[in-house]
Order: sequence, then structure tokens, then C-alpha cells
Amino acid sequence: MSKKIGVYICSGCGIGDALDMDALAKVATKEYKVPVCQKNAFFCGKEGVEIIKKDIAENEVTYVVIAGCSGRVNYDVFNFGPSVVLERVNLRERVVWTQEPDDEDTQMMAEDYLRITLAKLKNLELPEAYVLENCSRRVMVVGGGLAGMTSALEVAKAGYEVVLVEKEDSLGGWLKKSYKIAPLNAPYTDPEDTGLEARVKEIEGKSNIKVYTSTTVEKTAGAPGMFDVTLKQGGSTVEEKVGAVILATGAVPYEPSKLGHLGYGASPNVVTQMQFEELAAKGAIARPSDGKAVQKVAFIQCAGSRDQEHLPYCSAACCVESIKQALYVKGQNPEAAVYVFYKDIRSSGQYEHFYKKAQSEGVMFIKADVTGVADDGGNLTIEANDLLMGSPTMADELDMVVLANGMVPTTAFEDAAYGTESQDEAACAAADAAPVPAPIIKSNILNLDYRQGPELPSLKYGFPDSHFICFPYETRRTGIYAAGSVRRPMDMSQAIGDAAGAALKAVQCIEMTDKGAAVHPRSGDLSFPDFQMSRCTQCKRCTEECPFGAINEDEKGNPLPNPTRCRRCGTCMGACPERIISFKNYSVPMMGNMLKSIEIPEEDEEKPRVLIFACENDAIPALDMAGINRLQYSKWVRIIPVRCLGSLNLVWINDAMSKGFDGVLLLGCKHGDDYQCHFMKGSELAGIRLSKVSETLDRLGLESERVYMTEINVMDYDKVPKIIDEFVEKIDKFGPNPMKGF
Amino acid sequence: MNMVNKSILVVGGGISGLTAAIEAAEVGFEVFIVEKNPYLGGKVTQINQYFPKLCPPNCGLEINFRRIRSNPAVKFFTMAEVESVSGQEGNFDVTVKINPRYVNENCTACGKCAEVCPAQRANDFNYGLDKTKAAYLPHQFAFPVKYVIDAGACQEGCSKCVEACQYNAIEPDMQPKTMRLNVGSIVWATGWKPYDAEKLSYYGFGRYPNVITNVIMERLAAKNGPTGGKILRPSDGKEIKSIAFVQCAGSRDENHLHACSSVCCMASLKQATYVREQYPDAQIYIYYIDIRARGKHEDFFIKVQNETNITLVKGKAGEILEDPATGQLVIVAEDQLKQELTEQKFDLVVLATGMQPATAETKVPAEMTYDEDGYVAAGIPGICAAGCTKKPQDVAAAVADATAAALRAIQSVRGQS
Repeated sequence: MSKKIGVYICSGCGIGDALDMDALAKVATKEYKVPVCQKNAFFCGKEGVEIIKKDIAENEVTYVVIAGCSGRVNYDVFNFGPSVVLERVNLRERVVWTQEPDDEDTQMMAEDYLRITLAKLKNLELPEAYVLENCSRRVMVVGGGLAGMTSALEVAKAGYEVVLVEKEDSLGGWLKKSYKIAPLNAPYTDPEDTGLEARVKEIEGKSNIKVYTSTTVEKTAGAPGMFDVTLKQGGSTVEEKVGAVILATGAVPYEPSKLGHLGYGASPNVVTQMQFEELAAKGAIARPSDGKAVQKVAFIQCAGSRDQEHLPYCSAACCVESIKQALYVKGQNPEAAVYVFYKDIRSSGQYEHFYKKAQSEGVMFIKADVTGVADDGGNLTIEANDLLMGSPTMADELDMVVLANGMVPTTAFEDAAYGTESQDEAACAAADAAPVPAPIIKSNILNLDYRQGPELPSLKYGFPDSHFICFPYETRRTGIYAAGSVRRPMDMSQAIGDAAGAALKAVQCIEMTDKGAAVHPRSGDLSFPDFQMSRCTQCKRCTEECPFGAINEDEKGNPLPNPTRCRRCGTCMGACPERIISFKNYSVPMMGNMLKSIEIPEEDEEKPRVLIFACENDAIPALDMAGINRLQYSKWVRIIPVRCLGSLNLVWINDAMSKGFDGVLLLGCKHGDDYQCHFMKGSELAGIRLSKVSETLDRLGLESERVYMTEINVMDYDKVPKIIDEFVEKIDKFGPNPMKGF
Repeated sequence: MNMVNKSILVVGGGISGLTAAIEAAEVGFEVFIVEKNPYLGGKVTQINQYFPKLCPPNCGLEINFRRIRSNPAVKFFTMAEVESVSGQEGNFDVTVKINPRYVNENCTACGKCAEVCPAQRANDFNYGLDKTKAAYLPHQFAFPVKYVIDAGACQEGCSKCVEACQYNAIEPDMQPKTMRLNVGSIVWATGWKPYDAEKLSYYGFGRYPNVITNVIMERLAAKNGPTGGKILRPSDGKEIKSIAFVQCAGSRDENHLHACSSVCCMASLKQATYVREQYPDAQIYIYYIDIRARGKHEDFFIKVQNETNITLVKGKAGEILEDPATGQLVIVAEDQLKQELTEQKFDLVVLATGMQPATAETKVPAEMTYDEDGYVAAGIPGICAAGCTKKPQDVAAAVADATAAALRAIQSVRGQS
């Protein structure tokens, strides 16, 4: 595509009153020799848009620059199709609404923003999508329990092929052992049949679901659209090619032998919820020791859960499960005495109706701390402190005690796998601090052929969950989505919905990959990183720092990129000391040219310049919002957006300081336990990289405080002017950058 | 010949509707969102922070709006309501009424109209706690970024905004419009509304100015709220020394909402952190039946207990009394753990009012079934419910549910061909 730039400068919304339009146009036409430059007071109006469209159609303009409002607005009217490169210069929110009108410095700021964009266009090309030749449109579902079966069916019903892998000899998981399940339907008062047979039959009836039982995954190699999976079935192996993966291996009950303090092991009549379920499934519930029909049963809630010595979390499903099992007993013998010892009854939402049903059937709920369970020669006794009566209480002559022993995700076993070999190898990359990667546990489920480890990174307690409330399927391994109780503690009703949600994400990833587009959060981005391998020094920073484990390594330490795993954050580009990684529309030289295009006044003009790199996810909208609120900030700053602070390459700091900027401010997202960075570790990585810059600056006799990073969120729009002004003030005290003018 | 329509209608542009629409569009389907407010985002736009991360909802909304901006497959209509639905899976005819905004697509959001507007209106975004001009931007992060005119609040004969607008964006004669859409499947995601706290007469909401609801508390704590984020007593604007949260205000109650609303426990724990941040010494009480911090939310429950020094009172608040002279409130409750009747004074009381599904009042214009509280119990082929029209749930769960609904909508249109 030929590059013909058209610049359209809008004077509407007060821009024309605050700025010298002719001088702005000269920047485009004289300095940058832009062939087409037009001014209008209302470019977003019908006639204004027509002017631009006409230039595209008749004048062969291919790169459109609109200098006016923020890209947050009028995105729909300024849509000229995928073959036109569109850049927006935000004169309104970022200049006119935050600066003095009709002022020399405001004008300089506006002109610099136009320069930045025109400089950007020099290095910018329309990305060509990375399209796989034979993108697999099949989904592998690992785990054939309720969540896995549901995912498989949902994917199949949407018209995609499924490979369903189950390690046991038949499908069903816990449903196979269940007598009934908690109600899924209104009025939510009675246990329902498991529906297992119907589900299995439906799966068997789908020609597009291939079921492997007694099978495990030996290896998952490749990437979205082209995963090569080796399945192990008995002594033999089978290869399958799939486009996306759903991890639905579920959870297992917490190990009851650790619950000796609640009587487990002391008597065969102390059982887990699952054991009780199996007894119920057999028919009349009889106590294990002598087969006597039960007349008096107690449930102990939070047996292991909500206990710092065992499972710190709430297992989310046990209250409802115990209510269901209490109803089994009452259904069998309405005269039976049933007690539930609990901390809080967590029958959320419509399960309140289920709880009410159990109460109306006479199940006794006792808020108590259980202090002991004893076998008094056949019968059992529970001793507890009744929290409502404020006194010790006991239930004796119990036939059975059921422990609601909670759940542990199948991913939470064995050892953390990261850091085994990479630590010493990493020494050359980062002698000092390195961010701690999320733990990856060798749980022998997916056995990913990924440089960063064989399974999904765990968020907490071994659950490979998303850290984002708004994006529960945001995964750190592109194209692999966890669903059901392996993802977070949940009940069956939630697991069914969760399985369908993960199914959507899996087929969505296939569709996006097939087009060569990125998935969330840069959905639709067609750019991808290109590696100039001849200059690679095998330092491994890119392979280690990629938040998505997208880059593998060969035996010599060369990076092996997997473009379909990539989420386009640019962390690899920021990490690379040799600057060999670039995107068609985002690269180290491009950013370098952008910052170098900014005019730096001579020292005696006393006009300092501070460069701001701002994360486009949170900091840029916050800056826009400062404009919308007409909050004023320093006229000395120039803002350049970045995809993520993780993409910050240190050479930009060097470039900025040698260009004569007096300071550099970095605005990124929150890091730490409650991180907000959508690429996980962007600001953390930037912080670590900056720690190295400060030594260099000190050596050059420059104050290292001239470069400063801080974290803001989208709601900090009121703070951001203060952050900027205070930084500029601090820089002012240091005086001008002595390298100015060299 | 293939008569099947492959496009999807999503009714409701809150977090569930937005999610269902964007997720389906990113699979490659054309999607229409019909939203009754003049902006997208629904209830979460009014929330200060999400539990348990205490992060701002606008962060995720901005990302979702960016996804819409970059995906022409998503089309939306604001100030719009579905009037009727006919046809069947694969081929629904839907009538949509678009109420007049009095501002057309020429609006550049320059703000001149609001600047010159002489009239005011109660700001419903802040539950009436402050006012906006009659020409207004619904809130700072409003998307689409277009002004609205509340014609009912305009001064008679005034045309100042029309004169001030340089872009001919204001149309005082704009009329309601009716539009027809033909779609293959429908996701119903009209969400919820806070239960009417005035129905809980023993708590005095509406009579005692210092009894507020949890949704109002979100606005009081929000930077872009009526107090600039400072939690102050509505009666006199004074700072507070003591505050109580009354759980299950309407929920788990035979006379009101039968179900548990499932989010209020976590919401009150979260709001306790708002108070603690502003008032290190304030007394914070939570009156509860059960604290339902399910799953990993237990961590947040423990953290709040450790860090904010709250007093948890097991027992439902029976009654709230007011001292009219001081605006002080007294909660009468049985402390079940101490087994005594307590009377405790507070400066401010927050009622953790529960969720009522929008479908309790405005049903889906199709043969759907509902449970006793009005949640959609079952859809019909081609129409499914998502989010809080289906069950009371928090944002993360509603988003997961809406993602599932997107798939079901796709199955509906794909399965027909």
C-alpha cells in the first residue's frame, strides 16, 4: 500500500479559538511535507466526514490523521474501513481542555502532538495478519465430569468438533457417585435427578464429539489453532490436533484423613459428603458399621474449609450439598433427627428456597463451633459450643456424622514447577530483581510444552482462575480456558453455566485465531511481534517475561515465538536489550522517532520538557477524563501512549534523556496482589527495568529521580494533574537536563 | 433458500448485556444492543469499587467500550426499549421504541448546551442527591459520549441550548421513533433494581434522611458522586462517627424478596472499607443473619475483619428509630450471640437492600416462565436470560453467565441453518 498522508485539523469545540490553526497546518505541510492537509470547524459532521472520504476515494489518501477530539469519541463517524490507517491527535481533551487558550506554550504542545503522530506514521505500516494455513476448528475438553460434558455439548451445539478426554473408564465424574443433585430449576426446593444418563446419551448422539475414556493428556504442544495433543490410552498414544482447550478437570474432596479432629477415622460412621452420597445412591441410607437405617444424623459444615490450617477458602458448594443430603434423610424417614452444625449457611441466591425447605422439614441448623466427635460404642456424639445459646451443647446417639469436607482443585497437587532451571539461566538476564512468576503446579493434567511450565498458572490456592472481575475467562495461556470447580470453588449450577461460558471463549479464540486476530484484551489486533533472529543474543528475557508463556526456546536459548499465543502487549519488545522485536505498528524505532519529534527548547528559553509514557488501558482514559473535567496540568509535558508499561524499552529513556527531556514520567497500572495490569506484570517489569536506569543516570551525573514511575487507575483523573504537576516541579528544582542541546 | 437471520439482539446494556453482545460479536456475529438509559454500562457505572479487589468498574467498562469501538459488528441503541417480539427462533421480529434524546448524532460533547442551560433536574444517576442541568451528560464516563436533554425539566419557551450549539445537534421537536429489527435470537439481560426500601417501613427509609441504601452508599463514596466521594450524612452534611449496615433489608424475607440477593454481604464488607479509609476511628457495625462470602471471597471477609475493626452482630435489625433533633438513629436488634436485645446509636445507617429482577415488573414479551421473585426460570427456544434477570449474582458470575448466554444465542442462530 502506498503511504499518502492526509491531515485533517478540526477547529470545532473551541480548538480553533485556543490554537493557531494555520501554524498547526504548517507543521504538517512544511515540516512533514504532508501532501493533503485540510481544516474544518466540524469534521465529525456529515460534510466534514465527506471531505475525508472524498480524499480517500479521489486523492488516494491512505493514512488519515484527524487532529481534534479524543479517540474515545466519534470513533463511529471516523471509520474509513480496514484498509485506511487512522490516527487521532487529541487536541481537545489533551490540550485545549487542560491548558490556557491562546497561549504560546499551548500552541507548542498542540504542534508537538501533531509531530508525534506524523513521526509515528513514518514507521507505521498496516499489520498483515498472521494466518495459519490449517487452523484447527476443534476444541479439546479435558475432564468428563459435569463441567466437561457440558462444555463438550455446548461447543458441539455451536457447530464445532470436540475431543473430550476423560481419565476414568466412563463419563460422569462425581455425578456417577451422586444420588441426586441440588435443584437447578425453579422452585429450587427439591433435589433433582442427576440427568447423567441423558447427558451421556446426548454426547454419544453427537457425531462431532469424539470421546476418549481411560485417557490422559501426555503432552499439549503448539498454540491456539494448532495444538498438537498426545493422548495416552493404556499403553498406546493417539495424536489429535485442536484449536483450543477447555480445562474442566474439576475438584476433589479435601483429604478426610486430615480431619481426625472431627472424628474421621475414629468410626466408620463418620463419613464424607461423597461417601454419604454413595450410600444414598445405593438405596436406603444405612450406617456403615452395622447397616442400621439411620435415625439421627449430623452434618458438620466447613470441615476443612474456612480453616487456616486446612483450606482457607469457603468451598462454596457444601452448604447446599448438606441441605440436599439432610433432605435425603428426611425423605427416607420424616421422623429422623437431622442436625447441621455450621458457621454461616451460604445457600446464596435462590438456594434460599432450598434452605427454607430443609428448615420446614424439621432439619435443625445449629450455629456452633464443633469441639469434638466421639464414638461411644456404636453411636456418635458431637460436642460443640452453640454460638446462639452461648453454651456448650451436644448431640448424642448419632447414627452417622457427615463431614462437609470441601473441595480442592485438581490442579493443586504436587510441587510448584517454575524456577527450577530458569533461575540460574536467568542470571545473565536479570542479575537482580525479577518479578515472581505466578506459580505453576506440576499437576500432570495438560502437560503443556511451554517454556514457562507445564500447566496453567495458579492464581491462588491452586485455582487457575482469572484475576479480573469483569473478565472471568481472562487466561494467562491463550486459548486454554478453565471451567467449573477447577477454576474457582463453585456449585453444580454455577459449573454448568461456567462450562458454557468457557465453551464460548474457546470457539471465539478459534474464530479470532483463524483470522489472525488477537483475543482479549486487545481483541481484533492483527499485529504480532516479529523477531530479527540474526541479532538475538539468547538472553532469554523475552521467553521469561512474556506474561502468556507465548515464546518457547530451542536448546541454544533462541526464542521460538508462537504468534497465535501472543496477546500483543509488547512485553517482549520492552524486554529485549538488542531491540530485535517489533510490531508493524508498534516498534522501538517508531517510539524513538515519536519522542525525538518533540521540539526541545533551548535551555535559556526556560521551557522544560517532561515526557510521559502512559498505559493506554487506564492512564490514557484517566487523562482524557481530566480533560473532560477541564482539570489543568503543566504545559511542559508531552504524553505518548504505550500498550502496556511492560512494553517500555529502556532505550526510550536513553533517547529521551539524550534528546534533552528534563524528566520522564511513567504512568502504569497497579501491581501486586490486587494487580490491575491486564498484561499481569507490566508496571512491575517496568519498575525493575527502571532500577537499572537509575545507575546509568547516576553515572552520567543526572539525578535518577528524573525518571519516575507511578501507578494510577482510571478513576484517578482528579489526581493525575497533581501527579504531573508535582513531578514537573521536582524536575524544575533539578534544573535543566545538562545534556540538552548536545 | 435460507431465511434464518444470523444476528442477535441483546436487551439491556449493563455489564451482562454488554458482555453477551461483545463476546458474541467477537465470534463473528452481528449484534444489536437495546438499552433504555442514555448510556451503556447499567448499574455498574454507579458502583464505586468492585469487591474483592476494590478496583473501579470504569476500568473494565472502558475496555469493553474499546472492544465495541473496534468492532463494527456491535450496534447499539440507547434510550430504547423493546415493545414486542414475534416470530420464532431464527426469525424474530422485534419492535423497538426509541425515546427522544433531543440531541442528534451531530453532538460533539463540547458541553456548550449544559453551559448555557438555565434549568435543573434531579440527578437520577446519583439517586437524586444532587442536580444536573436539563441539558446534561449522564455521567463523566458516559458512553456514547453524547449529551441528553431532559425535556420535562426545560423552562418553557427556552431555546438557549439550540442557539448555543454550533453543530445543529439539538432537536427540540424530536419524536419517539419505532424501529423494527429482525434477529435470529435474543438475550434478555435487563438486570435488576434495588428493592424499594420504603416498603421496609420499620427501617424508616424515606422518612429518616440518614437511613440510606447500599446503592446510594456507592454514590456517596464515589469521586464522581454528589459529595465528591466524601461519605457525609445526608441530613446535615456532617462527617460520621458511627455507621451500621443492615443486611438482608428485604432479602430472605417472606414478606419481601424471598431469595437471598447473594451480593449484599460482600457489598457491605466492601463499603466498610470505604468508611474505614475515610474515618479511621468510626464505629462500624454489620447486622447479619449469615455472612455469605462464598469461595475465595472468604479471604476478603477475613481481611476486612482484620483490617477494619468492624463489629459483626448476628441478628436481624428489628427497627430503626430516629431522634428528630439530631438525626441520630437507633437500631433495635436482638444480638443472638449475646442473647440480648440491643439498642445502638448511629450517625448513618446503610440498608443492604437486595436485588429485584427487572423482570419482576417488566416481563419479557414472550412466553417465558418466572420464579416466585420474578427471575426468569426458563426461556423459550431462541430467547435466553442472562445475568441478574436469571438469578441474583455478583459481577464476575453475571459476566460468566452472559458469556454462556452469548454461546446459546449463537447456537440458536447456527442451529437453524
